[in-house]
Amino acid sequence: MRFTLNGVAKELACHPGARLLDVLRGDCGLTGTKEGCGEGECGACTVLIDGAAVCSCIIPVVQVEGAEVTTIEGLGPEHPLPRAFMDEVGAQCGICTPGMIMAAVTLGPRPSLQKIRTGLAGNLCRCTGYEAIYRAIRKRPQ
Amino acid sequence: MRTAISSLEVLQPRNVTDALRMLRDEEGAVPLAGATDLYVSLNFGTLTTRRFVNLWGLRPLGRIGMQGDTLSIGALATYTAIIRSRPVQRRLPMLVQAAREIGGMQIQNRGTLGGNIANASPAGDTLPVLAAAGAVVVLRSAGEERRVRFADFYTGYRQSHRRPDELIAAVEVEPIDGAQWFRKVGTRAAQAISKVVMAAVRAPVPRIALGSVAPTVIRLPRTEAALEGAADIEEAVRVLESEIAPIDDLRSSAAYRRNVASNLLRRFWTDTTPG
Amino acid sequence: MAFPQSPSPDSQSPAVGRSVPRKDGLGKATGHARYADDIAFPGMLYGRTVRSTIPCGAIRDIRLDFDPAGFTIVDWRGIPGRNVVALLTEDQPCLVEREVRHAAEPVLLLAHEDREKLLGATVAIDYAPATPLFDPERSTHSFKNILIEKGDLAAGFAQAHTVVEGTYRTGHQEHVYIEPNGVIAVPEEGGIAVYGSIQCPYYVHKALVTLLGGAVTHVRVVQTETGGGFGGKEEYPSMLAGHAALLALAARRPVKIVYDRVEDMQATTKRHPSIVRHRTGLSKDGRLLAMDVEVILDAGAYVTLSPVVLSRGAIHAAGPYRCPNTRIAARAMFTNTPPNGAFRGFGAPQTEFAIEVHMERIAEALGIDSARLRERNALRPGDTTATGQRLGEDCSARQVLREAMRKSGYRRKRKAFAGTDRGIGLSLYYHGSGFTGSGELKLASRASVELTATGVRILTSSTEIGQGTRTMHAQIVADALGIPYDQVEVAQPDTSIVPDSGPTVASRTCMIVGGILERAAREMRERLDGAPPAEYFSHFGPMTVTGQYEQPDWIRWDEEAYRGDAYATYGWGCDVAEVELDRDTWEVRPKRLTVVTDVGKAIHPALATGQIEGGTAQGIGYALLEQVTMRDGIMANAQLTNYIIPTTLDTPLVDVVLLENPYPGGPSGAKGLGELPMDGPAPALVNAIRQLGLDIRAIPVLPEAVMEAACGSP
Repeated sequence: MRFTLNGVAKELACHPGARLLDVLRGDCGLTGTKEGCGEGECGACTVLIDGAAVCSCIIPVVQVEGAEVTTIEGLGPEHPLPRAFMDEVGAQCGICTPGMIMAAVTLGPRPSLQKIRTGLAGNLCRCTGYEAIYRAIRKRPQ
Repeated sequence: MRTAISSLEVLQPRNVTDALRMLRDEEGAVPLAGATDLYVSLNFGTLTTRRFVNLWGLRPLGRIGMQGDTLSIGALATYTAIIRSRPVQRRLPMLVQAAREIGGMQIQNRGTLGGNIANASPAGDTLPVLAAAGAVVVLRSAGEERRVRFADFYTGYRQSHRRPDELIAAVEVEPIDGAQWFRKVGTRAAQAISKVVMAAVRAPVPRIALGSVAPTVIRLPRTEAALEGAADIEEAVRVLESEIAPIDDLRSSAAYRRNVASNLLRRFWTDTTPG
Repeated sequence: MAFPQSPSPDSQSPAVGRSVPRKDGLGKATGHARYADDIAFPGMLYGRTVRSTIPCGAIRDIRLDFDPAGFTIVDWRGIPGRNVVALLTEDQPCLVEREVRHAAEPVLLLAHEDREKLLGATVAIDYAPATPLFDPERSTHSFKNILIEKGDLAAGFAQAHTVVEGTYRTGHQEHVYIEPNGVIAVPEEGGIAVYGSIQCPYYVHKALVTLLGGAVTHVRVVQTETGGGFGGKEEYPSMLAGHAALLALAARRPVKIVYDRVEDMQATTKRHPSIVRHRTGLSKDGRLLAMDVEVILDAGAYVTLSPVVLSRGAIHAAGPYRCPNTRIAARAMFTNTPPNGAFRGFGAPQTEFAIEVHMERIAEALGIDSARLRERNALRPGDTTATGQRLGEDCSARQVLREAMRKSGYRRKRKAFAGTDRGIGLSLYYHGSGFTGSGELKLASRASVELTATGVRILTSSTEIGQGTRTMHAQIVADALGIPYDQVEVAQPDTSIVPDSGPTVASRTCMIVGGILERAAREMRERLDGAPPAEYFSHFGPMTVTGQYEQPDWIRWDEEAYRGDAYATYGWGCDVAEVELDRDTWEVRPKRLTVVTDVGKAIHPALATGQIEGGTAQGIGYALLEQVTMRDGIMANAQLTNYIIPTTLDTPLVDVVLLENPYPGGPSGAKGLGELPMDGPAPALVNAIRQLGLDIRAIPVLPEAVMEAACGSP
């Protein structure tokens, strides 16, 4: 399998039917992407493929051949979104946070509250009731 | 993840012709598109095959565009692509609405129209739209291309006219004569499986299609006839109630589905009545 | 609600009362925080639990239909100590010996290096099935009975002008922490260490010591970063840790067991379903004269924590009201279902749902405005509760009610919504902080502060599970010591280095354990005598101060008669819910929730608000979406596709108001907060639905139930 991971070219020997989530966490050692359900329901495993948010637990790795994959590790601590989550206490237990941030990356610079709600409808959070997450995303420095 | 990955075989066609050859020659191989249901079905035991032909990346299968006056939507068009497509917004806005209500962003970026059709769930959200639109399914195999009316496509619960060596290549939609209407009733506001899903067209002969009230998506010819004739909505509701066969299942009850389907018919009627 | 971002504090500005940066904020926002499944050890095996597929009966035979090479296999005979999961009682086996009492009961443990081989191993179990009991009202086996009596019930009813009766029901609720249960057991030098997603390391420690007996010289339990608990990781991890430890000892290699979502939902604990019956006598002007309450909880197949859940449920069952004559008879009943357990609120969400919907029906029966009925009967300082506890100035029932009425525009909207498809409803509630009665005394919790080269470190077994334990404890200690918040670190809870501060439950982590730490830090401050900690450390070496729980001297509790001071203090709340009914689909959409709570003191305003917002969302799910469908004694909808929790599109605008009416015995006046928000949303929503003319007395209120209430059963 050949794909770009967080800007770096990767070449891996793995089964084409392996879940992208397992390849990222196992073969690539990037445990920031989490498994919450294995059904594509909770969004904790969200990564970007060519800039689009997807649930990595339902993607066979063969389908990222030649693509650009971005995980939470690819953003870094200075990216405005993780900063905003820290400032607004957007994370309580934190397990949904990487997936939530990766989904939020695709919302653009100044999303309205309705756009945020719709965009994050595929990311479940059990701790925050989502309110602090909205605050974080709306306050993110540009 | 309970299924052994090592038991899976994923074949990599170089192009569509190659994919068709594989479907013809590789025993038991099944097309794989967005894969949103793959691991779930494997783990649940509803999918017993272990050989897949990976269609993802075969761009010709994803094309959306006009061919003359016919809208053609490639089987590999994702819900996101459908939502953003101007030709679909113009010709088939109820499909755009349905696509917006499937899963969340992540599922919309991977799930495909062809996948929804092939999965053949009685609750598939795009299926009533295609049924009410009078769409045509384009099936392609190594040997031929044929067209089947969507209304005739399903032959039973999760069964269709598609032969094992055939790909759903595209869906074609002719101009639609009347206001389009769509409503999905799920278990919650987003990321939900339908309890009742309805698409309708207020044409001179109205078209009504429902999902989750029978083993397959269905058109309601007797209800349509009742609406065309006397246009007495309560009479049409009575006909509808006898024309559907909802069940009690994990998600909802037959009584609820019957009641809500009737309410949706009334709502469609008042929403599309001018004035 | 917005909070100003707090700059790095200097040593003059106190940390308590400010929304300082979370201690763990960076790790969580960047994906570097390490949860159980992120961790691996050299030579690690994966573990799997083979479970019973019948709810009741006996095992006749077990057949291993696979090649055992490379497998570690453990059954009950391989348990070196006692085959029990030690908790309140020792009735629950760690592995089935012969008798099966619920579906998904653990029978056999397997471990293998290769996950595919592990999951592919077929085990055939032959059963002699027996008839299961699923109905708690038919069950004759009670795990616990509680009777609370006050005054003279018969006399109260004799005086009553009106009597209102009703039966109210709540269903199971599944926690759905986004991180499923998981642990890793690692043999070490004759003993064993267990790392995992754990709320109460010392509970696990005690259970392992009993289970492993002389096979280990020591047991160490370490909490890893935990992705949500809500009570679901309070007692269950003792079972899971036991399983992993047994495999690890047998294999002499580390063993990781992480449940997938289906197994987690089917096999682990849930909130107790309840049936609550009220019979209430009132005066003509709506004063409560007599309350007769029956509480039945479905406990499942083993005792686990049911007696304590029952206790809290019973104590709160009469609601935050003054009533001179009260009887509450509560029982927790055995059924052949997976044992139910701790879930945020712990009995109170069930019984407070019942009383608040009942009060609404009383208001209807008497023709009195429901807010006025609450106002007339709400507890005041100087009043006594159902257990005879006299409340002090820290009682805020009327304050939260009045503020909620004002903030929500309840009265104006109630009039405006009449006859429309919109409804507005309220609930008044309270929640005792800390363990009941003499519970805290028995726990004898301890927590320590020690000097380091850079400041101080907190040592406590209280766990961070999202609610902000590390941050809040550090704020309290920083202020007590008079040092910057940044100089306080918090040790990872590891039973070999932290004292037993009691479990992270019961809304006690701030009020009780924070209080202990505050005193320990004050004592350290005296000893430091003005020297900065790092300086003292470099000159004089280490210093550790350990504080222990001191019960306020006024607390009196009679465990036999169930009378006296049930809790040191209570949090108070009032919710107002606005809903809209869709008459095509019978969906009830929450449009707005106003939540007014008195928490004594918000140590960290953003975290306190976050707890209220999150608990409110869980309460909305409990009321409107979350149904556990049991079939043959097991959860049939055990996937997130089919067990529905609220998404961003299911939650309404939530308006949180924090009031601070201090409890003098809590750090800076803080009361318990974590569970309080669970008690309000469900009855407020059901009472809003009632304004639509729909008589609902059970939750979850799914559209199917709304349809039946509106149209009558078909």
